[in-house]
Amino acid sequence: MATKIFMEALSPTMEEGRLVKWLKNEGDAVKSGDVLAEVETDKAVMELAARGEGLLRKRLVNEGEAVPVGTLVGVIGAKDEDIASLVASAGPTKGSQTQDSRPQTADANATPAVAAPVAAAPAAPAVAATPAAPLTPAAQASPAANGGRTLSSPLAKRLADEKGLDLSRVSGSGPGGRIIKRDIEAAVASGSSVSRPASSVSSLKTSVDFQDLPLTLIRKTIARRLAESIGPIPTFYLTAEFDLQRASEMRAAMTAMGDDYKVSFNDIILKATATALAQHPEVNAHWLGDHIRLHNRVHLGMAVATDDGLIVPVIFDADKKRMSEIAIESKALAKKARERKLTPAEYTGSTFSVSNLGMMQIEQFTAIINPPECGILAIGAIEDKVIVAADGSLETRKRLRVTMSCDHRAIDGAVGARFLQTLRRMIENPLMLVY
Amino acid sequence: MAAKKKDAGSVEAGKSNAALHTELLHSMILQRRFEEKVAEAYALGKIGGFCHLYIGQEAVGTGCISMLRDDDYVITTYRDHGQAIARGVSPRSVMAELFGRVDGCSKGKGGSMHIFDRNVNFLGGHGIVGGHVPMATGVAFAIKYRGGNQAIVCFMGEAAVNNGAFHESLNMAGLWKLPVIYVIENNKYGMGTAVERASSIKDMYKRGDTYSIANAEVDGQDVLAVRDAMSAALERARDDYQPTLLEIRTYRFMGHSMSDAVSGTYRTKAELEEYLKRDPINILEAKMKAAGEITGAQIADMEKEIGVVVQDAWDFADASPEPPLEALYEDVLVETTSG
Amino acid sequence: MPLITYRDALNQALREEMHKDDRVFLMGEEVGVYNGAYKVSKGLLEEFGEMRVVDTPITELGFAGVGVGAAMVGLRPVVEFMTWNFALLALDQVVNAAAKMLYMSGGQYNMPIVFRGPNGAALQLSAQHSQAWESWLAHIPGLKVVAPGTPYDAKGLLKSAIRDDNPVIVLEGEMLYNLKGEVPDEEYLIPLGKAELKREGDHCSIITSGKMVLVAMQAADTLAKEGIKIDVVDLRTIRPMDVEAITTSVKKTNRAVVLEEGWEVCGIGSQIVDYIQRDCFDHLDSPVIRVHQADTPMPYAKALEKSAKPDLAKTIAAVKKVMYIEA
Repeated sequence: MATKIFMEALSPTMEEGRLVKWLKNEGDAVKSGDVLAEVETDKAVMELAARGEGLLRKRLVNEGEAVPVGTLVGVIGAKDEDIASLVASAGPTKGSQTQDSRPQTADANATPAVAAPVAAAPAAPAVAATPAAPLTPAAQASPAANGGRTLSSPLAKRLADEKGLDLSRVSGSGPGGRIIKRDIEAAVASGSSVSRPASSVSSLKTSVDFQDLPLTLIRKTIARRLAESIGPIPTFYLTAEFDLQRASEMRAAMTAMGDDYKVSFNDIILKATATALAQHPEVNAHWLGDHIRLHNRVHLGMAVATDDGLIVPVIFDADKKRMSEIAIESKALAKKARERKLTPAEYTGSTFSVSNLGMMQIEQFTAIINPPECGILAIGAIEDKVIVAADGSLETRKRLRVTMSCDHRAIDGAVGARFLQTLRRMIENPLMLVY
Repeated sequence: MAAKKKDAGSVEAGKSNAALHTELLHSMILQRRFEEKVAEAYALGKIGGFCHLYIGQEAVGTGCISMLRDDDYVITTYRDHGQAIARGVSPRSVMAELFGRVDGCSKGKGGSMHIFDRNVNFLGGHGIVGGHVPMATGVAFAIKYRGGNQAIVCFMGEAAVNNGAFHESLNMAGLWKLPVIYVIENNKYGMGTAVERASSIKDMYKRGDTYSIANAEVDGQDVLAVRDAMSAALERARDDYQPTLLEIRTYRFMGHSMSDAVSGTYRTKAELEEYLKRDPINILEAKMKAAGEITGAQIADMEKEIGVVVQDAWDFADASPEPPLEALYEDVLVETTSG
Repeated sequence: MPLITYRDALNQALREEMHKDDRVFLMGEEVGVYNGAYKVSKGLLEEFGEMRVVDTPITELGFAGVGVGAAMVGLRPVVEFMTWNFALLALDQVVNAAAKMLYMSGGQYNMPIVFRGPNGAALQLSAQHSQAWESWLAHIPGLKVVAPGTPYDAKGLLKSAIRDDNPVIVLEGEMLYNLKGEVPDEEYLIPLGKAELKREGDHCSIITSGKMVLVAMQAADTLAKEGIKIDVVDLRTIRPMDVEAITTSVKKTNRAVVLEEGWEVCGIGSQIVDYIQRDCFDHLDSPVIRVHQADTPMPYAKALEKSAKPDLAKTIAAVKKVMYIEA
């Protein structure tokens, strides 16, 4: 039976190892305990030993490459044993490096037959962003003093609240004028008019004014990922308004042909975006810290709101799919997302994302980039607007506002704008989508 | 045919040499295969933290522990899996402990360095070098306090011998005459420091003279030699409440821990290969074959049976649940029931 | 009720528990033939013999470990440190072994062991012999720490400590051994983990333990003459701490002074103040003030030593400050 060779944790803290040197060639006989390779851990260079006997059939990691612990780095097997399925099964546990880090050509047409999709995004669930309303902190009950802070002990504050006293009218006898218990007692005894107006803010301090929600795992992930995004990513935004009149007419015509031909505006936008991306690999890109990876294939993420929060399932090779396929697939993915049945393979690996809040009557918004992607498109509501036509007359037309968020480290303003120009051509001339 | 001398301990146990040797061989091979499996599990991230293997040293623990009665005690260092198994802690519960699971002998709270099993008086693996040597002395004190005739064997590495706790303990054991057998497993390296770079004397066992404690040097790759030395030490402990210091010379075939290269930095490959020729399992197998006590086929059967046991330990550990989060606060203090 | 010393109260506790349970034995330097460095074990060797009253070499780490080993197999050792300063050599056994054995063995081996001895400063013993270790010890999960301040508490807490199935640290005081107090003839125990309100008053709380209880009581007496009534909360057990007793008192008085023998930084008082700010924030009329040893090694010279130690005058000044009374 074939034996898989994994990148092993050769130190307690090791998370990835760099394969420094293979000490056996493919085809060499190995027995258990033989040193196969030298591996650089976070601490030292260690030996990776064989745990099975046979021939070293396959080396899956090149010298110099670093891969996470648990990655299949090779296979030991008998001479004639079929190991194809073993190698293929390595996909999900394998780091991206073995295939994607090879030098890539920028020519979008140069990769007719690449291997199966390899998840290049981090394993954590990818979530895209919508502008969410932050929880409003509970209003504070601290009394407003004339021209500054009133110093008082916590006890004095509480007593003043209970007795309805306005602390700003009580003079403090403590250090620095701090109002303390005896000052409140004196004020009460003197009966002076220091009572607070009836509309005391103290009633705001009750617990019905806010609700504390525990953080779900997905909420924590969203928070972490979004903070990662807005922090280090220098983002700029490009907004454009597209004319959707023709697309709207096309959709109406298709709907009239029956349910089999029914597509949503969102499907049209997804298809147009994917097609445009295929022509603009410079925005269909990942920022990978020390390099930018331009993707020749278009894996389009679509943000889906679920009861648990946002998740972004992926339509793989969206540019190569017909609109009807996109319609079916997007519907199925959205359903799975809401039922929490998405597998990690279905929500990782996107190269660009789209977030649509149009159905919720949002005219325009900015979405937050889902790293390592470099751009995201925020789709607003389709609205009837009166515009001045080319001949100067006024007409009512369907219009749509989109905003593209761009990672400026990878995408310059003009680059993003050119992509939007292409997208505009597609959406305003929907026949191009079937061209 | 060798002389018909009965081996140490076989008379009390009412066993033939062949039966006895078969048990010893079985225990050592079980420890070896178990730990090879541990190394595999560690490499795949099933086991975390520090993990120190006993491979190469099995004859020391097996020889000493096989001479003990059920009511004797064992206490040891963090290199404890092999000895725990030699003492009869189940491979399942050791593996589950290493996996950090609820069915581990320490409920997943201790890990590799802290194997405890009250059922077999296995008083733990301890993580501070030398720290358990006074405890062993205390157990011996308790035995004498109660007038019992048990003994405790306390394993330590040769590097612990330079630690104050060792000297304080031997002084008290020599002074008070306590039934403890201190076993120095001299595997030549305290982590990466060769013994001659750490100790002012080469023969560790001579430290016993300083404290009026009987002492001896033993070949730690020969399980039968270990048993002979242990037999004499136990006699002193049971009959006279006298301590013994044994220096049992051995070699670890693996690194100090899983994060340590097997050879290269502080010991040479040539040295390692020289010692690999004195594998304690091979030595016993050869003796048994020469005496006609076992055949190659029988050994193959034994290996097969042990393979099943070890895989079963893995499967059991893998299926055992992680401790529930409530367990975090359990066993910090015990509810007092006496008084 | 008979008036006896703190020393004799401890002696009675040991004697009674050794009679009651033959698993209990006393071990330490000079506990036998010499009758104890501070005579706490006077007469015990004669009464119980050398197997149960064990003179050790000067080998703190070693004999603390002997106690741990004996406790593992069911004996109930009382390990005496001549002072807690010397116990630093034994802390590996207290912290790494006794406190963790139950946990790391998954509940298999509990530790019915007492480590006891005088803690903190006496008079002019200078830097190495004048240290209060309660915050070090109370920091460790798996230990209980008690600090009796009176003869009555010394006896009741030590008896409970010996009967407890966990490792218990008993912090005594060299300056307390001669202190006399009422101790009844009949047997009694004091539960671990419970504070005692030693004096009732509603103007200010003094929260304290051990040797400082006496100082707090003197401060309460002095202040009473000025009409200031003090709640004196004697923690008795430092770990687990009776937080409820502290917060109940502070919520009543709205002001607190924390009085401790040791150093300021990371002292027991820091923890007490944390409990107060968490639970009594809206009840405080002034910041909590701590009275403690000066942040230096203990000096030898008389005047310097006096100035370094927490005392009556400092405690009274602190109470007046939290009450906004001009000194």
